[in-house]
Amino acid sequence: MMIPSPAPQTGPWAAAGMIAAVVLLSTAGEVLTAAAMKSIGDLDEIRAHSGLKGAIKAVVSCPLFFAGVSFLALAFFSLLVALNHLNLSLVAPASASLTLVTNAVAGKIFLKENVDRRRWTAAGLVCIGVYLLAH
Amino acid sequence: MAHQKLSSRQYFILGLVSLCAPLGDTCLSRGMTHVPEVTLAHPGALIAAVFTPWIIAGIAMLIGFFASYLTALSWADLTYVLPATAFGNVIVALLSHFWLGETISVERWAGIVLITLGVGWVAQGPSLTERPVATVEQEQAQ
Repeated sequence: MMIPSPAPQTGPWAAAGMIAAVVLLSTAGEVLTAAAMKSIGDLDEIRAHSGLKGAIKAVVSCPLFFAGVSFLALAFFSLLVALNHLNLSLVAPASASLTLVTNAVAGKIFLKENVDRRRWTAAGLVCIGVYLLAH
Repeated sequence: MAHQKLSSRQYFILGLVSLCAPLGDTCLSRGMTHVPEVTLAHPGALIAAVFTPWIIAGIAMLIGFFASYLTALSWADLTYVLPATAFGNVIVALLSHFWLGETISVERWAGIVLITLGVGWVAQGPSLTERPVATVEQEQAQ
């Protein structure tokens, strides 16, 4: 009987690379999506003036939105690849908590958000909390 | 642009962001455990799974999550909305403890407390970065 050979053990650098890919792609997706929604404006107001169809049209006619969704899709597939090589107990907490930090940095740099001490503290608390909860 | 406090409707949208994602994931997980094993040899099983009640409920929840998430991003900063999405982890942990009777370790209780503190802390601050009108007009002109 043929015994399937075990998958080659993933080295620490390869594991870090896979997790980094998930984190960076999802950060790019989140930031582009957030930038798209800021450029569109308050959806509640748009819906009040133009109805639900007008709000959907405003979103789907924004190229930045599709760029963001494309990166989120790439992040999802890179997560599947990572899960194929690494344990869920490593990938889930590491990617979820690191993404919070990279999003705070990216939000400050690219979206010019006012990431003050309060938001850094909250990001840190949530980051550690997600790690503890998912580990 | 002076920033006003969030309305109760906007807090409701943030609540939906927190609730819909974990509930959607839970519905998908529950649905997929009741489906025969999906393999590349039988891809039809996956298509059939999409039409089962739990999977339909899960997809509906995740569509609701994405719609409320996009709505929240249109009037709040990304660094304000993201902690709300992380609060979903707390909801799942509490549901699994009180509804399914699962045991929560000390580390997980510590995680729940930290996330709750973080979300509560950020929620008390401004939801949107105030920017000078001239800067906004300049960006819109580009």
